[in-house]
Amino acid sequence: MTDFLVLAFIFLLAGVISVPIATRLGLGSVLGYLIAGILIGPLLSALGVDVISIQHFAEFGVVMMLFLVGLELEPKMLWAMRSKLLGLGGLQVVATALLVAAGAMALGQPWTIALAIGMVLSLSSTAIVLQSLNEKGLMRSDGGQSSFSVLLFQDIAVIPMLAFIPLLAMPELMDMGADLAHGEAGRGGDGHGDGHSDDGHGMSISLVDGLGGWQRALVTFAAIGLVIVAGNYLTRPVFRFIAMAGLRELFVATALLFVVGIALLMTAVGLSPALGTFLAGVVLATSEYRHELESDIDPFRGLLLGLFFITVGAAIDFELLLGSVWTVLGLTVGLVALKALVLLALAIIFKVQGADRWLFALALAQAGEFGFVLLSFTTANQVIPQSVADILLLVVALSMLVTPLLFILYERVIAPKYAEAQQQEADEIDEPGDIIIAGHGRLGGIVNRMLRAAGFTPTVLDFSASQLDMLRPFGFKIFFGDATRADLLHAAGIERAKLLIIAIDGKDDINRLVHYMRQHHPEVPIIARAVDRQHVYDLYAAGVREIIRETFDSAVRMGRTAYETLGMHAFEAELLARKFAEDDRHILRVMAELYDPEIPVGENKAYVEKSKELMEEREAQIFGKGDAFAVKKNTGWLPPGRKAEE
Amino acid sequence: MANVMVIYAHPGQRFSHAGRVMAQAARGVDGLTFVDLYDEYPRHDIDVAQEQERLLAHDVIVFQFPLYWYSTPSLLKEWQDLVLQYGFAYGSEGKALAGKTMALAITTGGPEDAYAPGGYNNHELRAFLMPLQQTAALCQMHFTDPFVLYGALAAQKNPELAKTHAAAYARFLTAIRDDTAALKDTGGVRKAEDYPAQTKAQA
Repeated sequence: MTDFLVLAFIFLLAGVISVPIATRLGLGSVLGYLIAGILIGPLLSALGVDVISIQHFAEFGVVMMLFLVGLELEPKMLWAMRSKLLGLGGLQVVATALLVAAGAMALGQPWTIALAIGMVLSLSSTAIVLQSLNEKGLMRSDGGQSSFSVLLFQDIAVIPMLAFIPLLAMPELMDMGADLAHGEAGRGGDGHGDGHSDDGHGMSISLVDGLGGWQRALVTFAAIGLVIVAGNYLTRPVFRFIAMAGLRELFVATALLFVVGIALLMTAVGLSPALGTFLAGVVLATSEYRHELESDIDPFRGLLLGLFFITVGAAIDFELLLGSVWTVLGLTVGLVALKALVLLALAIIFKVQGADRWLFALALAQAGEFGFVLLSFTTANQVIPQSVADILLLVVALSMLVTPLLFILYERVIAPKYAEAQQQEADEIDEPGDIIIAGHGRLGGIVNRMLRAAGFTPTVLDFSASQLDMLRPFGFKIFFGDATRADLLHAAGIERAKLLIIAIDGKDDINRLVHYMRQHHPEVPIIARAVDRQHVYDLYAAGVREIIRETFDSAVRMGRTAYETLGMHAFEAELLARKFAEDDRHILRVMAELYDPEIPVGENKAYVEKSKELMEEREAQIFGKGDAFAVKKNTGWLPPGRKAEE
Repeated sequence: MANVMVIYAHPGQRFSHAGRVMAQAARGVDGLTFVDLYDEYPRHDIDVAQEQERLLAHDVIVFQFPLYWYSTPSLLKEWQDLVLQYGFAYGSEGKALAGKTMALAITTGGPEDAYAPGGYNNHELRAFLMPLQQTAALCQMHFTDPFVLYGALAAQKNPELAKTHAAAYARFLTAIRDDTAALKDTGGVRKAEDYPAQTKAQA
């Protein structure tokens, strides 16, 4: 217990101190974590901590990240990416692997080792690249999308590589190769050397052991089918059932259960868990629980990835590095340059333009966490000798360490050069600004319908599962969740929002949301619902100017209909109602200016004075004439020479 | 028998004695459609389809309105803008109103002598009605001398005057209904005295 707490304390402290500093210096969080890891590395080895097994655990962050990426990607978008995925991704892996292998042979390695090295180093780091792209808001750019396609393909490519690498083993082990290829998933963990798919250690289950080829394929496809079918049909009732309990943590637990379950299933059939959860994410991308899932999983993803980066930093063997510093540095520079060149060539072939071309080339130029996995796998299969693998581990880690620097190079030097050209393009592809409606009840529902009628597609957040059930048949885009929660707003894209419409019920919730918005996103325009007069003052004091009283307009219409029913000419009734509303709003505005939330109304002199004055004015009108608004009503349509009072 | 529709447009009815009395008189004529435009569309949300349907169902359309700044009140202008659509009222396919008659019943604030060269309005009243006359022409409608009450403000102080005028207005409308009004366009105007009260013998 204490051991665990000490360890947690060290990791958290290192992250909490170094990441804000790195971010402030503009280095990005990834570099912050890596540096934190390097700093605590000696301490960890002094304490005898098994950094590598922590790293295996932390790699689950990558699985979660791909789940989140999947959530952002609707099936039809994935389909639209297919040519990039196969073309860009396939060519990148093959070309890089072959060129690296050629390089290794040139350095005197036999072809089997060289090819294994090529495969290991052809993969890039999903964790670092996606984290950095997200952090810098480049995920949606052309370069970001291309990078993602390649990463996704690499993720798929790991599976055949795991099957192929044992075949490269020393001749005397060759005959075992075929068995090893698929039997690996069943191997228990032997600490450091353990290495099948990326979270494999400790106890593991396999559904495909001892099955023939077509049976294995059948089980695998059945598992994928299960994920798709369950994602489509099972999640909704399950989440609704969970929502009924009304407990936040239950939702988080369910979301985690979901991701962990899929990862387990995929591992059991010998697929990459990251790929499986990505698929599940895509399936759920159109679900109304999407934003809720996103905000529940995101903190875990962040912490685990942070932990992962720290372990990468901590695992750098400085003794070995200093021993062969020039070899390692030379290999790292050579590798990054080679990978970048291949990527650049592909970017040209696939017509990735301008700054995006460089982003694509620089972002993916490192070796990645799959490299670690494959390296331990290759040594376990005796494909690559331990001494070579140790050097390569350093090269992989160093190339990852370099990546944030390459991102900085892109941001500071390359992007500004293309900035002008991009600016013009940005205007053209300006996607319609996002509108968020918080609350889909009697108020928000109508606003949503109006906006949709005008061709907008607002994102709607509502906490009532029964509301969602009722509305689903109508095909609205509604997401489950408490709109006053910052993480849910974030998941719904509040940073990009053009407008937030606050239509939720309850003064306190409305106020909380408004204060949060004023503090963290003052640039997002707000239209807020006010429960009553006093609430208008509160909202006005909080800085909101578009305040709509929830019942005022209907009350005015009711009064107007009363006028008409009592025999008043309809146009007269309309003018009177307008005048009444205008008067009332004017008074409200005057009083709102004087209202001060810090001073109790009774002690607010100016407020009390003004309200007395207005009350007297109103009373004089009412008791004097019985026609309070008609008197002040416009003098339009009045024949010349007559006064309104007549 | 002609189907007659009176379209009454007056935003300030509570201030207008003459308009009110005339509207009352028109409502009293049997077999005539009376539309209070400001009562039907207090928020100016004119139902174009309904208005066109009503136009089709009538032979004579009477616009009753006070002359505001030498023109119709705004809602009646909007009514023209929206209801007299291309392809309905005018254009090569727009013959829905062809052969119908447009009549006007106007009250003016200014006295009769103001509507003459040298008067403070400088022109004959008909000069200011030219846009409506041409509207009728473009819609292939007959235009007819308008029924006018000059100096409607005086009627405000003289209820008898308004009453006399309103009664004559009712007789004018009855004559249109019964096809006994000579709906000609002479370039002049009609006044109350053109429709004197009939003796019992004549009736």
